[in-house]
Amino acid sequence: MLSAEDVHRALVRIAHEIVEHNRGLQDTVLIGLQTGGVPLAQRIGRVLEEIEGATVPVGMLDVAFYRDDIGIRPVLPEAATDIPGDLAGSLVVLVDDVLFTGRTVRAALNALTDYGRARAVQLAVMVDRGHRQLPIRPDYVGKNMPTRIDEQVDVSLDGVVLGDVVPR
Amino acid sequence: MVPVTDAPGADTPPIVVRGGTVVDATGERRADLLVVGDRLAAVGPDLEVPSGARLVEAGGCVVAPGLVDLHTHLRQPGAEEAETIETGARAAALGGYCAVVAMPNTDPPVDSAAVAADVLALGRKAVCRVEVAGAITVGRAGERLAPMGELAALGVRLFTDDGAGVQDAGVMRRALEYARGLESRGLPVVLGQHCETDSLTAGGVMHEGAWSSRLGVPGAPAESEELMVARDIALVRLTGGRVHFLHLSTARSLAMVAAAKAEGLAVTAEVTPHHLTLADEELAGYDPIYKVNPPLRTAADAAGVRRACAAGVVDAVATDHAPHPPEAKATTLQDAAPGMLGLETALAVTLDALTGATAAPAMALGAVLGLLSWGPARIAGLAVDQGGDQGGPLVAGAPANLFVFDPEERWEVDPARLASRSRNTPWAGRTLRGRVRHTVWRGEPVVVDGEAQR
Amino acid sequence: MSGAPLGAGRHLLSVADLGAEGIEEVLRVADAFVEVGRRPIPKVPALRGRTVVTLFAEESTRTRLSFETAARRLSADVMSCPMAGSSVKKGESLRDTVETVNAMGVDAFVVRHPSAGAPAQVAQWVDAAVVNAGDGWHEHPTQALLDCYTIRQVLAERAGTDPASAGTAGFRGLKVAVVGDVRHSRVARSLVWALGALGARTTVVAPGSLVPTSFDDWPLEAVTHDLDAVLGDVDVCYLLRLQLERGAGAYLPSVREYTSAYGLTARRAALLGEGAVVMHPGPMNRGVEIADDVAELPASTVLRQVRNGVAVRMAVLFLLLGSGGAVEDPAAGGAGD
Repeated sequence: MLSAEDVHRALVRIAHEIVEHNRGLQDTVLIGLQTGGVPLAQRIGRVLEEIEGATVPVGMLDVAFYRDDIGIRPVLPEAATDIPGDLAGSLVVLVDDVLFTGRTVRAALNALTDYGRARAVQLAVMVDRGHRQLPIRPDYVGKNMPTRIDEQVDVSLDGVVLGDVVPR
Repeated sequence: MVPVTDAPGADTPPIVVRGGTVVDATGERRADLLVVGDRLAAVGPDLEVPSGARLVEAGGCVVAPGLVDLHTHLRQPGAEEAETIETGARAAALGGYCAVVAMPNTDPPVDSAAVAADVLALGRKAVCRVEVAGAITVGRAGERLAPMGELAALGVRLFTDDGAGVQDAGVMRRALEYARGLESRGLPVVLGQHCETDSLTAGGVMHEGAWSSRLGVPGAPAESEELMVARDIALVRLTGGRVHFLHLSTARSLAMVAAAKAEGLAVTAEVTPHHLTLADEELAGYDPIYKVNPPLRTAADAAGVRRACAAGVVDAVATDHAPHPPEAKATTLQDAAPGMLGLETALAVTLDALTGATAAPAMALGAVLGLLSWGPARIAGLAVDQGGDQGGPLVAGAPANLFVFDPEERWEVDPARLASRSRNTPWAGRTLRGRVRHTVWRGEPVVVDGEAQR
Repeated sequence: MSGAPLGAGRHLLSVADLGAEGIEEVLRVADAFVEVGRRPIPKVPALRGRTVVTLFAEESTRTRLSFETAARRLSADVMSCPMAGSSVKKGESLRDTVETVNAMGVDAFVVRHPSAGAPAQVAQWVDAAVVNAGDGWHEHPTQALLDCYTIRQVLAERAGTDPASAGTAGFRGLKVAVVGDVRHSRVARSLVWALGALGARTTVVAPGSLVPTSFDDWPLEAVTHDLDAVLGDVDVCYLLRLQLERGAGAYLPSVREYTSAYGLTARRAALLGEGAVVMHPGPMNRGVEIADDVAELPASTVLRQVRNGVAVRMAVLFLLLGSGGAVEDPAAGGAGD
């Protein structure tokens, strides 16, 4: 659906939008959601450094312990959480690969509050595939991509692939 | 022996037990049996059925002298919530027993003529013969001798502090010497020893070995039993007395008994159905149902006990029927009461252990029935030639104490259906082979088609 | 509920049930909870609405607080049922007590009991998950898990690697001496089986009267009575507490004689190879199994063990209560939902 080049171009655009929307990078922290959002956040961080010449802290967050389906299906933390410092007063941009039901973002918003009261939280996603179950909307979108509910969207820096859901 | 005055068989109509195979100490034969009053009037093939006689069908079944249990805890007086003489005797009859010896570790214990007389009086209303064992020492405390002479005069033949062994060798020596004196006064008694050396067993709740080490459960070593067996054999040698070893559980205990017998010492030994079949690994799930004294030993010990039976070293299989109310088992292994039910399952379990696939070597049916009937009858002083009425053989003129069982019938043990007041059977939910159909005691059909008649 | 990944079942009764994979899983999830413990608000909502009961028939303030802290940091509701002085004395059977508490709606029982096997029995009586918090001489699985976590952490630090990426590879061939009253020690039983599962080479060192009757099937390298002979060649020296309050003294001529042969004195500590780790489950009998001047040596490990204890117990509770589940939801598929 998208090539590696398309993904890169979208990330560069999102980086520009972040700067434009917030009139600079004052107090900005990028936080990638484990696991798909982390490489995207790191890439956006590098682009921001190139275009603004300032270093933006990049963190990573695993939301397993905040999910609302604990006890309903197997939930395990997949990777480390590493938040750079206290978030009080900062502008947090959450970065994820795919926005779907919105539940992961909801969990991430809860998790963030445990690290201090951010001035604002914004959301950047590579793909918005629809089917929201919660009132959550992204601030920055790489590509809007209508999907069936049973389709699978795979995002990496190498591109975006749409396929049938893998039997679980 | 106290004469039995209220024998119920006198009023009942004649009974014909028809079509079975009779197995007793004299051998095996196809025969019908005619019971008139409390006696066998005739035994032979194709007996005619007198008019008015009750017909008991035994086709495909074995007819044998009623079983005799040397080791039954009836819990009365003192723990009637677990068992009473009435319910325990009913369980016995359903298990094919015509006589049981009630253990003296009641509350109060049977260490006085008054308590013994009470138990015997209650036993006279029961559905099998109830004899009582007396304590060797007052309060079963192992210190002062109980009034063995007075108890023997009431008919008590077996003395034991069961539940505890007599720890002090000097006390045991005096008891053996005193018992010899009673014998010369026409009161032949035998001392039964619960072999457990307390200083080695202290705190032990299962056999000490690989399983207890892994499970972290305090253990009681085999040597706790073996030490007392060795000691008592030496005391028998010293005093010329008689010892009956209760519920032996280790292969080495029985090897010592074999050697003592070869030496001509007056020792006898009983083993339990559970020590023939179950081993310490049953405790892996920490289920207190398997907590028992002596503890379930290793599988090798169980095999050794089976071999000792086949080799003729063992004189009796006794149940150590030990009822406990549910709350005594609904607790931890540490706190649970030791003991398990046995009367209603002993025949099937023993037959399987000694004639089935794990028997080594398989024994003849008659030999196994000997361990359950005429062997123990003799030790209890209840055999016909001792002036008693138990253990057969089933011949014309003999007392009508017999039972009929189907050696092939399979049945699942349902604790809720047991006649015992308690439910603590390790065989719950297991399928056993061999089931009692009918029991005739003193000419009265007390069990018919597997149902107790009163 | 199904698919709970904690070893074979939905309870933690013995470390032997976990196997190497189960232990590794606990350690991995504990990593995430160690991070939670470093946060300004060290608490996550994972077990909100769940109820955890600590049922302690034998007082152990340390273990009980560790479990209760773990449960609270997972946002579970915690009920404390100290059985030693309550209904047990009124003649209520253990089963009655447990079934009554269970009827109040409990998701997990954390059971400490002086009788081996009590947690396994409780597991038969309730539909909740059961965690063994120490039963008689049998096992104390979470202690062994936190010990393994600590060993893994120390090994990674020394190698300058990340504990998470190292996994449990460092245990393979690791030489561990478990010293002291192994006969009466639930800590030793759990530790020996955990280390065995992870491929360590464990040697038991104890006076003759304090070793179990049998070591059949135990995953041990050796059993010895000579501490001096093994100290020079161990990576971890794990000292057990001599439980004098439970009568361990009756197995020894004197405490002094025990200390002289099995205590980690300054002289013995000098025999230890460079980098050897000294561990103790606490609380230490200073001057008995460990000399006062040596006690500072492992002190950092002892406190670390306590700290890791909360994270490991959070991992155990989360794995038992939080991570299972079988309800299918089509919207669950796909990364980044």
